Amino acid sequence: MSTPASTSARDTILARIREALRVPAPPPHMASQAAGATAASGPGSLTVLPLEMARPWLPDGGETPAEQLALLTDNLAKLRAEVHRAADLAGAAGIVAGIARDRGWRRVAWHGHPTVEPAAAALACETLRVDDNAFDKNALEACDAGITACDAAIAQTGSILVSSGTCGGRALSILPHVHIVLVSLDQIVATLSDALELVRTGYAGRMPSMVSFITGPSRTGDIERILVLGAHGPKELLVILVG
Amino acid sequence: MTPGSPAADSHPVYEAEDPHLAKRKFLDDAAEHVRDTGHRAFVRKALGGYYINRDTQQARYRDWEQARDAASLAKWSAVNRLDELLPKFVAAFEANGGQVHWARNADEARTIILELLRGAKAKAVIKSKCMTSEEIHLNAALEDDGYGVVESDLGEFIQQLRGEPPYHFVFPCMHVRRDEISDLFGRHLGTPPTDSPEELTMIARRHMRRLYVDADVGITGANFLVAETGQISITENEGNARLTAALPRMHIAISGIEKVVANLDDLAVLLPMLATAGAGQPMTCYNTLYAGPRQPGECDGPEEMHVVLLDNSRTAILADPEQRDSLHCIRCGACLNVCPIFKNVGGFTYGTTYQGPIGSVITPHLRGLADWNHLSGASSLCGACTDACPVRIDIHHHLLHNRRNAAKTAPNRLERLGHKLFAAVASRPWLFATGGAVFRKTLWLLKKLRLPLLGDWLATRDLPAAPAASFRSQWRARK
Repeated sequence: MSTPASTSARDTILARIREALRVPAPPPHMASQAAGATAASGPGSLTVLPLEMARPWLPDGGETPAEQLALLTDNLAKLRAEVHRAADLAGAAGIVAGIARDRGWRRVAWHGHPTVEPAAAALACETLRVDDNAFDKNALEACDAGITACDAAIAQTGSILVSSGTCGGRALSILPHVHIVLVSLDQIVATLSDALELVRTGYAGRMPSMVSFITGPSRTGDIERILVLGAHGPKELLVILVG
Repeated sequence: MTPGSPAADSHPVYEAEDPHLAKRKFLDDAAEHVRDTGHRAFVRKALGGYYINRDTQQARYRDWEQARDAASLAKWSAVNRLDELLPKFVAAFEANGGQVHWARNADEARTIILELLRGAKAKAVIKSKCMTSEEIHLNAALEDDGYGVVESDLGEFIQQLRGEPPYHFVFPCMHVRRDEISDLFGRHLGTPPTDSPEELTMIARRHMRRLYVDADVGITGANFLVAETGQISITENEGNARLTAALPRMHIAISGIEKVVANLDDLAVLLPMLATAGAGQPMTCYNTLYAGPRQPGECDGPEEMHVVLLDNSRTAILADPEQRDSLHCIRCGACLNVCPIFKNVGGFTYGTTYQGPIGSVITPHLRGLADWNHLSGASSLCGACTDACPVRIDIHHHLLHNRRNAAKTAPNRLERLGHKLFAAVASRPWLFATGGAVFRKTLWLLKKLRLPLLGDWLATRDLPAAPAASFRSQWRARK
């Protein structure tokens, strides 16, 4: 919106910024010489980018696919997500149907995605298919669980990457009490920066309006700093590794 | 249930009504809280788990100190290129269909948001945790205009019902015991008493679900603005921000202009470090990037997305190269969690939106050095805050810089006179020797007299015994 008031506020703020930056600020106090040398080249032309500098020091993401799978599984367990393994989508469908039956789910929402379809077809209960069209928010709110695919799983952090463009919009992975996510083994990446690179290149030209890194089930520590799962988002995150 | 602002408990005053009284209020509240050993023990216990988790997660870094270098470099290079990166963010965000509004101060920000709500014919507003909205006192303005506003973050919801501002800008209700929360929910929501944090959380969960679905507008903050892609990044644990940005038909995000980073790569460093420093987590539960309103082919999401960019004296900090790095702050709260002053005087004593060491640095810039310089003294200068800061802000030295600047702009005449007198005496050896002799003989009197000037100092300290002879005479005797 470019009302005159907002335009003049923009011009004033940008003018204040330009004026303020006429005097350069010294680089922050840094422990490593490499960082200092990089900073010396000035804020606009860093000789080494922050990510390149940080990469060797951030938590490990694993070298081989086997290491990455082990790390991912370990991190998901520490985050209190529930991890299942299936050989293929039919196997995953069997696991999902079993869970739904055991827990007595009455209604399950799912994204109309080829990966999710077999699981949805195997459900004995009522289902709500979420596609590219608008759906009833109240109907989704009443669902026991939501099933989606994902765009990546990150070994380093145990995070799952979903987007509004590829995983059934914004609400499906956050509103139902349980989120079931199907992860194909070839979707596992080592680090958060690998996944962000995927966001940059994979969605290039058509960025989904929401991209979310989900790291475990919803949680809070607001009451006496005691961990409670299921604050507002899913109480449970069920990750089914397929492959 | 009809969404509406919950009627809050009446509450004591958290901000001095007259800003000139801020110092008096600080001293009174600090004295009161320091004596409250129950409160101090409770806050320390609540932080106990944080220290353990933070250390565990920091140990997963192959070198936390080197990672801090990279994080500080990312923020330094962004803040010092704000003139280039902020317009870049705006252009990219607008290209995705989002709308940007600029606010020079709190008043302009409130006006912009009220106009957006009027335009949207909104009735009910749901909010996720947003410190910039606290900074501009948004809730009061919305309620004055008749909008129902509900804070959805559990801690913020509890504080809203209590009629209190956040106690800590990351852990808003860390000072509240579970039995108090149980009583609070009983009174406001009619729920039976419980001493289980889990059951209390579920009460809020059940209460809030309808409100997300029924709200017309969702208001959130922003942790980072990504210039490269025009996305805003929101970090949260509960999922309430995800719901706030998913279900209402309008999404308004309020952000300080300093939140810009150059690109997505910077987030690969900053997101895990924010989680580890702030809450001892490997990653916060939801880190979400919003590029704009619902896109064609997407099944849900808001029809409109607005970002309000707030200056509110941030450019004044930017104009001070010495303290510009205080704009690097990612609001993780680590400096509060380790601060001996915070742990003893508590969050409300500061009387500010941003508490603790970083709050003591930036509040004088945001609200005037003359009235807020006393916060520069709310420090033992131990440097724990500077050591804890993931982006290496030189926090405790900035407290000294503020003291120096305050002394320059509004000198304490008495202090200045004292220094002049001392200089006059110390530069004349005969006067110094005579003065010393008199002082050695009369030191005991000082204790007895309880001079008002020294009263505060001597109340908690013993005067040393006076030596029998001066240093110079002892030196001569031993030579």
